[in-house]
Amino acid sequence: MLQDIACGEASCNTDGVYGNDFGAPDDPAGQSLLDQVEAAERELRSAAERRLAGDDHLQGYFEAIIEADQKVEPRDWMPDDYRRSLVRQIAQHAHSEIIGMQPEGNWITRAPSLKRKAILLAKVQDEAGHGLYLYAAAETLGVSRDELVELLLSGRQKYSSIFNYPTLTWADVGAIGWLVDGAAIVNQVPLCRCSYGPYARAMIRICKEESFHQRQGFEILHTLAHGTPAQREMAQDAVNRWWYPSLAMFGPPDSDSTHSERSMAWKIKRFSNDELRQRFVDMCVQQASVLTLSLPDPDLRWNAEREHYDFTQPDFDELMQVVKGNGPCNRQRIEHRRRAHSEGAWVREAAAAYAAKRAVREPAGV
Amino acid sequence: MSDTPLWEVFVRPRRGLAHTHVGSLHAPDAELALRNARDLYTRRQEGVSIWVVPSAAIVASSPDEKDAFFDPAADKVYRHPTFYDVPEGAGHL
Ligand SMILES: [Fe+2]
Ligand SMILES: [Fe+2]
Repeated sequence: MLQDIACGEASCNTDGVYGNDFGAPDDPAGQSLLDQVEAAERELRSAAERRLAGDDHLQGYFEAIIEADQKVEPRDWMPDDYRRSLVRQIAQHAHSEIIGMQPEGNWITRAPSLKRKAILLAKVQDEAGHGLYLYAAAETLGVSRDELVELLLSGRQKYSSIFNYPTLTWADVGAIGWLVDGAAIVNQVPLCRCSYGPYARAMIRICKEESFHQRQGFEILHTLAHGTPAQREMAQDAVNRWWYPSLAMFGPPDSDSTHSERSMAWKIKRFSNDELRQRFVDMCVQQASVLTLSLPDPDLRWNAEREHYDFTQPDFDELMQVVKGNGPCNRQRIEHRRRAHSEGAWVREAAAAYAAKRAVREPAGV
Repeated sequence: MSDTPLWEVFVRPRRGLAHTHVGSLHAPDAELALRNARDLYTRRQEGVSIWVVPSAAIVASSPDEKDAFFDPAADKVYRHPTFYDVPEGAGHL
């Protein structure tokens, strides 16, 4: 299994994960993201009551499940490519949550108050939890956690490029919460309707937790923007640096996007990269005005005809460079993860030895 | 990790509700599985009780034989109250 789920081309993390896998089916304007998550959860339940039209043969039954917006479950028959795409996407998503702890973890010891420190700790701990929910979802597809960890540590599977940028000031923690978690939410809310049951359920849980992440970031920036001139400047500088990398999180433009049609047909992915990027921009403009901070794009303006904001695209060559390993922190991130993993080995071994000893002494368990 | 067993986690959200499957995790023994489950699945007081069950101990019906397996109930419509015509005027039925 290792071989065929390894990431073949450098482009592979531009297509899933924190990248381009979404769309909002009904996309009801004015509905909050949390409302959309709840709607997805309600729909999951009601779709399950629908009768399937398909025949009882494997492929037909699989297609009927997808057609009826029902969920494919771990022991159902599914096409090999469906399984492989999901393993790759869910694993990369999990890796992103795990590596994503590092940029913010960098500021835990230096948070400006005990309150901010407690909040940041809880946020980073949530990201660890997201990684674990997702690894568990991937394991239901027949891949083992060990294999996935190995694919990350050996660099054969990627994580979202955004985490290869450094966090230079405390305001970066605010900008990450607002922009990076914000973009992740726009990406992930549609995944709550993904056709694979364990992934959809994990995403519902994750999205409910994410909204606190975005709000705490927004609050940090709001506080700084209304503080001293130096604090305000620090907030603006962070937004300037994180804006375009956040736009790049949605992946390459639709014109360059490969294998997304099939993901759409399988209802793994529901919206195109460009649609989601546009949605994110439209959302941020209003929020930036509340922050009284500006977005670093002189060409950002309302287009009455399209009823969307026109904006400057991120630098996709830079995105490809970062994906290939040439971002500012790629090496540091993966080295840190390798070290954390190997330095934790004695804990895993001790726990296993203790469990084995206890199993001999009291075979009944707890 | 390969020999770290997988556990299925069930959480009772509130008193009076049933335990519901929420996901799985790896842990070397039952006690750590419970603690990990608490940290992983109830960080926001999502539950008042947790069960952990070794995944290997779960026996599941196979989706491939679902028809043969559940068929016996399919032709017994008379088990549902809607099968019966209630004469006009009969109350409390
Ligand atoms: Fe997350
Ligand atoms: Fe987050």
